[in-house]
Amino acid sequence: MRVHTDFSALRKNKWSDYVPRFLFGGLVTVAAGLVAKHFGPGVGGLFLAFPAIFPASATLLEKREEKKKRDHGMNGSLRGKQAVALDARGTAIGAIALLCFALMVWKLMPHFSAGLTLLLATVLWIFTAVVLWRLEERM
Amino acid sequence: MMQLLFRFLVGGVVVSLFATLGEVLKPKSFAGLFGAAPSIALATLGLTVVTEGRMYAAAEARSMIAGAAAFFLYCCLCIHLLTKHRWTAGAATTSSLIVWFAGAFALWFAFLR
Repeated sequence: MRVHTDFSALRKNKWSDYVPRFLFGGLVTVAAGLVAKHFGPGVGGLFLAFPAIFPASATLLEKREEKKKRDHGMNGSLRGKQAVALDARGTAIGAIALLCFALMVWKLMPHFSAGLTLLLATVLWIFTAVVLWRLEERM
Repeated sequence: MMQLLFRFLVGGVVVSLFATLGEVLKPKSFAGLFGAAPSIALATLGLTVVTEGRMYAAAEARSMIAGAAAFFLYCCLCIHLLTKHRWTAGAATTSSLIVWFAGAFALWFAFLR
């Protein structure tokens, strides 16, 4: 399936839809810093891969898909769950790519500048995620 | 206090940007990739390098490997609860967080401590 952009989803959003993401993102980033400060980088590092926004995004997606079906006079409950499950499949692939990101930062950070390390690791995340997604699509 | 506020703002902005990017991309399974974007890591590691140094950031990244593996397990459980047991998104994604905590700490304890 061809990857494309669809900005219509943004027009349907209300400002209140963005607030939980911002709050969760901010709070988890603060929490990761505080945990690392109190328990050391070993425990703090775990929270760099915490599923911070997934619950909020999934709930929003389910509501949106259910509404679409309801607008056509149908019960959209099943459709909402299927859409979230599909989204979660992509997120599972993203999590494998996130593991590669972490591995690269761990190995490169002591030897290269932080900017270069994070840039290379982000490129690796995108590359791994897209390649694995393409492979999964073909299966 | 100012550092915490700065962390909060940077984390909120970076996470929101990745979430918005995921929202405009289609198909849904591709957009889902951005649910596991390294948004918190990017927001945190840059600040950590400035305050604690590169070796400290590398140690955090080492533990992040366990967190990412647990994230994968978390997603698998969410998919299972949604498709096989028809749980709502809120119930499935929130209750599965227990698996993330258990998985992340167990993997870290077993292999990385």
